[in-house]
Amino acid sequence: MKILVAVKQVPERDAQIRVAADGKWIDEGDLSYTINEPDAYALEEALQLKEKNGGEVVVVCAGPERVVSTLREALAKGADRAIHLEADDLGERDTLGIARMLADAVKGEAPDLILTGLQSEDLGLGQTGVVMAELLGIPHATIIMQVEVVDGGVKVKRELEDGWFQHVEMPLPALLTIQSGGNRLRYATLMGIKKAKTKETATVLAGAAVARAVSLERVYLPEKQKKTEMLTGTSAEVAAKLVEKLKFEVRVL
Amino acid sequence: MSGVLVVMEQRGGVLNRMSLEAVAAGRLLAAKVGAECSVAVLGAGGGAGVSDVAKAYSVEHALLKDYTADGYCAALEQLVKKLGPGYVVFPHTYQVRDFAPKLATRFGQVLISDVIGVQDGPVFVRQLLQGKLNADYKQAGAGPCFVSVQAGSFRADVEAGEAVAAEVFVPEIEAAQIRSKPGELFRESAQTVDLSAAQVIVSVGRGIGEQDNIGIVQELADALGAELAASRPICDNGWLPMERQVGSSGQTVAPKLYLAVGISGAIQHLVGMKGSKAVIAINKDEHAPIFEVADFGVVGDLFEVVPELTKAILAARS
Ligand SMILES: Cc1cc2nc3c(=O)[nH]c(=O)nc-3n(C[C@H](O)[C@H](O)[C@H](O)COP(=O)(O)OP(=O)(O)OC[C@H]3O[C@@H](n4cnc5c(N)ncnc54)[C@H](O)[C@@H]3O)c2cc1C
Ligand SMILES: Nc1ncnc2c1ncn2[C@@H]1O[C@H](COP(=O)(O)O)[C@@H](O)[C@H]1O
Repeated sequence: MKILVAVKQVPERDAQIRVAADGKWIDEGDLSYTINEPDAYALEEALQLKEKNGGEVVVVCAGPERVVSTLREALAKGADRAIHLEADDLGERDTLGIARMLADAVKGEAPDLILTGLQSEDLGLGQTGVVMAELLGIPHATIIMQVEVVDGGVKVKRELEDGWFQHVEMPLPALLTIQSGGNRLRYATLMGIKKAKTKETATVLAGAAVARAVSLERVYLPEKQKKTEMLTGTSAEVAAKLVEKLKFEVRVL
Repeated sequence: MSGVLVVMEQRGGVLNRMSLEAVAAGRLLAAKVGAECSVAVLGAGGGAGVSDVAKAYSVEHALLKDYTADGYCAALEQLVKKLGPGYVVFPHTYQVRDFAPKLATRFGQVLISDVIGVQDGPVFVRQLLQGKLNADYKQAGAGPCFVSVQAGSFRADVEAGEAVAAEVFVPEIEAAQIRSKPGELFRESAQTVDLSAAQVIVSVGRGIGEQDNIGIVQELADALGAELAASRPICDNGWLPMERQVGSSGQTVAPKLYLAVGISGAIQHLVGMKGSKAVIAINKDEHAPIFEVADFGVVGDLFEVVPELTKAILAARS
């Protein structure tokens, strides 16, 4: 079974975010980057499926030169090959543009299964996978916790709201967007890191950006709406103030 | 029609609250663009309605009884083509996440997802980086503009008048078009922790760093006589059992006090605890979105603040 995993590189969670001078995106100057968390779970699911059913795991990432480090990490964890779709202008493309780019790159690979994360931590669109499936003309399911290969297809466990779940079956090829928490993530071993150096990373130049259907006009810090009473001082002072609040205002002490 | 069409979601003939919020967003958007607001609901037959809209459509077909992305897309593609709305508005539910991007793609459009505000233009506001930033989006081309709205962002109006009688629309769908086979909905085995009844909850997030550190938050919870809860990553990592997770995919709680420790306040967490009477947040990042729902906030290192607080509470108790 050939499994393709689309992984995205996003700013580290603890990064200090500053709006760029043109107000259109964030200042990327001194940011460090990491794999989008749900995509790490998508990769883990792919690696476990391969361990059970055999086959190949190919990772693909669209972005500038820096994303190669994320691909390398995926190779170190056990992916077999990587494809870097090189594009410096992701900001100029909307979901449809990026999904088309990924779908075009994927077509030639003809994977049985495509996995993506359920949403990216920076843009938070939750769409790229679904749009890719539509462009490729294959069935999909979103927010998936478990994948089982069954006769001619897959049976997946979909997460729904409020603690509900549902099993869904579909034929292959198919695309699934993976939710976090379905598996425990593995770490790359020293051996894995060594091996990754011998694995292939193909670089494909992305085509030119086309006209967008939607555009991001401006980014800015959200305006505070709630008047939160901030308690300040040393830890001991803050603790004393909190106890007062707990006693006289919240009344739980 | 060139107005706004709101696609509502129902289960067993009952509309969910997010659908009514989407209708509120639809009415607001319609007023901004000077058009009418209509609604549609999909299902196998009949269903709930709302008042004070131009038109209501009931999209009915035996193949829409159980939700599938293929069935819903086929039906809505036909309805949207027939009505030609300028805007199609959805609640940002798990179901909508599953099919709306696909529907938009069929029209060469991109869904503007998880919108928290609509301004003149129209400009659609959505969050980036898990609520750290806001962003303004606009439709760039022509064609229907697809928008989904975030839970709790628009106040659902009280449906005072009588529901507008729905016109039935029967789409053409073939069984062969539906590629996936949905199963029954189910829940995991009964939960042994019922956080929804707890009066005081201390909740821990990824700021705790590692599993071994959870002890200090447990001690705080014990001092307060509180239940211990957590954000999703804590449960994903197996540091606390799933049944202690609060949020859209965990439990919904409404205690007298919710004390959030090292939790950033992503929307999926907030929807599970917004109903709390009082919220206290301890977080080292003054811009953390959790402070937007907190009554009292402490910007600081939880490893310093939490043990001090536990000590102070124990002292106050004795
Ligand atoms: C479909 C879907 C469903 C989801 N369902 C849920 C759900 O039910 N529940 C849920 O919680 N999430 C859910 N999520 C995930 C959610 O989007 C967030 O990723 C998650 O809530 C983040 O958890 P967190 O706040 O603990 O972690 P982070 O966002 O990583 O925040 C950690 C916080 O700790 C602070 N911090 C770090 N170190 C310290 C320190 N020493 N002292 C003080 N503060 C510190 C940081 O400033 C940061 O604000 C869902 C996501 C999706 C897409
Ligand atoms: N530039 C990219 N390269 C590779 N995969 C991507 C890229 N952007 C998005 N994806 C995939 O699509 C998923 C959803 O992203 P989004 O639609 O931005 O929320 C991510 O979790 C990734 O798996």
